[in-house]
Amino acid sequence: MLKYIIKRILLGLLILFGTSVIIYFLVRNMPADYIDRNTAARVSQGLITQEQVEQMKHLYGIGDNSFWGILSNYFTWLGNLLKGDLGISFVYGKPVAEVIGRYMWISFGISFTALIFEIIISIPLGIYAATNQYGVADYTVTVLAMMGISLPSFFLGALLIRVFSLELGWFPMTGLRDATKILTGFPAFLDLLHHLVLPMVTLVVLSIGSLMRYTRTNMLEVLNSDYIRTARAKGLSEKTVIYKHAFRNTLIPLVTMLGGIIPSLFGGAMITESVFALEGIGYTAYNAVLQADVPFVMGYNMFLAVLTVLGILISDLLYAVVDPRVKVGG
Amino acid sequence: MDNINNTNNNLPDQFDDEQSLYDSVKIVSPGRLVLRRFFRSRLSIVGLAMLIFLFLFSFIGPLFSPYGEIELCPVAREVRMITQGQFTGADGKIYKYYDVSTSIVHDKAPPSSEHPLGTDVDKMDVLTRLMYGGRISLRISFTVIFLETLIGVLLGGIAGFFGKWVDTLIMRIVDVFYCLPGMPILLISSQIIKSISFIAAEDRIYWLMGILTLFGWAGTARLVRGQILSLREQEFMTAAEATGIKSSAKIFKHLLPNVMPQLIVSMTLGLGSIILYESTLSYLGLGVQYPLAAWGTMISSADPAKGTEVLNYYPNLWVAPGILIVAAVLGFNFVGDGLRDAFDPKMKR
Repeated sequence: MLKYIIKRILLGLLILFGTSVIIYFLVRNMPADYIDRNTAARVSQGLITQEQVEQMKHLYGIGDNSFWGILSNYFTWLGNLLKGDLGISFVYGKPVAEVIGRYMWISFGISFTALIFEIIISIPLGIYAATNQYGVADYTVTVLAMMGISLPSFFLGALLIRVFSLELGWFPMTGLRDATKILTGFPAFLDLLHHLVLPMVTLVVLSIGSLMRYTRTNMLEVLNSDYIRTARAKGLSEKTVIYKHAFRNTLIPLVTMLGGIIPSLFGGAMITESVFALEGIGYTAYNAVLQADVPFVMGYNMFLAVLTVLGILISDLLYAVVDPRVKVGG
Repeated sequence: MDNINNTNNNLPDQFDDEQSLYDSVKIVSPGRLVLRRFFRSRLSIVGLAMLIFLFLFSFIGPLFSPYGEIELCPVAREVRMITQGQFTGADGKIYKYYDVSTSIVHDKAPPSSEHPLGTDVDKMDVLTRLMYGGRISLRISFTVIFLETLIGVLLGGIAGFFGKWVDTLIMRIVDVFYCLPGMPILLISSQIIKSISFIAAEDRIYWLMGILTLFGWAGTARLVRGQILSLREQEFMTAAEATGIKSSAKIFKHLLPNVMPQLIVSMTLGLGSIILYESTLSYLGLGVQYPLAAWGTMISSADPAKGTEVLNYYPNLWVAPGILIVAAVLGFNFVGDGLRDAFDPKMKR
């Protein structure tokens, strides 16, 4: 087991190395980087010379844009990374890790709450649909769930804002807090919740479908298995059969699915956060890409890649934990 | 698979006396069986109908539209502007006044018989632009999925068939691409494409298709490899091995046809997700470039960050493209699900 985990982690590091090379070359090829943009005015006024700008870029480790230049810069970046230093964000003027840490928790709070709602709603719906296979209820639930998957987040966000914010005035349009009032303590928290209702609804509606369909498929598979027939033959009530015998076994694939959720849990929802102007990590990263904040974009993408690798590893391990038939190794 | 039925048809002569029984059994080819199962599901028919409608709407529709994609149609309408002001009069009091002025504008015409969905911020006919937007979305999704499948089948097939170090090498590359974060990478790539001067604005979308393909093939390769690995161990492959046929024949005649069902399902479902990606990029202004029409771009006029005027008062500009995106993605999902059930031999319905 330990040997397997170590092997997988080493493999993960290899994958991350490849991923980081690709991301680094892409990021370095982004147009008009932050330094160019912010020094252009002063250069044209003659306050600083182009040489000084180049020197500044060199100091930040993004001076040379030739292939070999980027490659050597990459290894400098990698060396710093191994020392635990992700560099300093151009826009925020703080270490990248600190900026990610600061905005990550807002996104995490939103995604985590949305995930809880998602689980509460979609699993019972999936079971309900499976037990009424090909019935009216099954079709209704399936169609609604599929519509959720098919909705683009920006369109759903715009619809919700139009109806519940502009038309009915129930919820604020964008942002995280009411700028017209100074609130502290519990009222501030309530205000925050009030602002988060629409983004939360967006996230839940978009993600409910996949989990619901997943539950439905697994439930159908389990309901066709022999031990369910045995349970029924013993004369157990339908309720016991479904909730005690079948439901527990549908949890196995669900647990492994949780591993795949990890990146989106910590990495934020870029588009939804942008539509609602929430200062989460996704929105911050989106702006960082537009402003070519090289260290931050690099750090954020690597953060996501690490989460993805971890997510796959965790779901593989969880699979062995919850299902004793699965043997990890080899 | 068709071979099985052909051998059944040429029954040996000694069975002649049972011919009457044999005639009464109708032989159905697997392809027909799949089709029959597919059309038995109501959702797949609905999905298929939605897709057919969208195709007709996007590719035939513009022929009946009197307007062009980027044709300006100024429709004059009166707008009342109320201005408010105040001044301090000679007597020291503050006077407020309102001034209602009427001005004539030519954009954002309301729906009428000439323009069923009105005209947009740039005085172009919304309905016509919807049709051209559909063309772009459908064309992109089919091209990307075709290319993705081509690369995925090739690399996944090689990895699964040859195994050993070839497999290890290809699968590590697949892992690397699999771990790249999708949306941020697409954002960065489209920024790069935007900055390359020799790519004309209207050609950017083709480059973007390439990028979408480049970061999307890994999933297909994984699927194909997994399938081939499990098929390789089955008896019919041992039999094929024993006949001593070439590797290429084994791949193209025996392995690939058995991967097709899963491949077709994942391609159909993939079409929907490509449409979502494309419209998101267009929404962010990084996909299809103005003045060309795209559904995502049309919705972006309602972006709350750009003010609430269009969002609040002109739903005719952005609701329809949203509904069409949902219809397209939903259509592909319904058909994909229907195909999955139809291909599955365990489904007895």
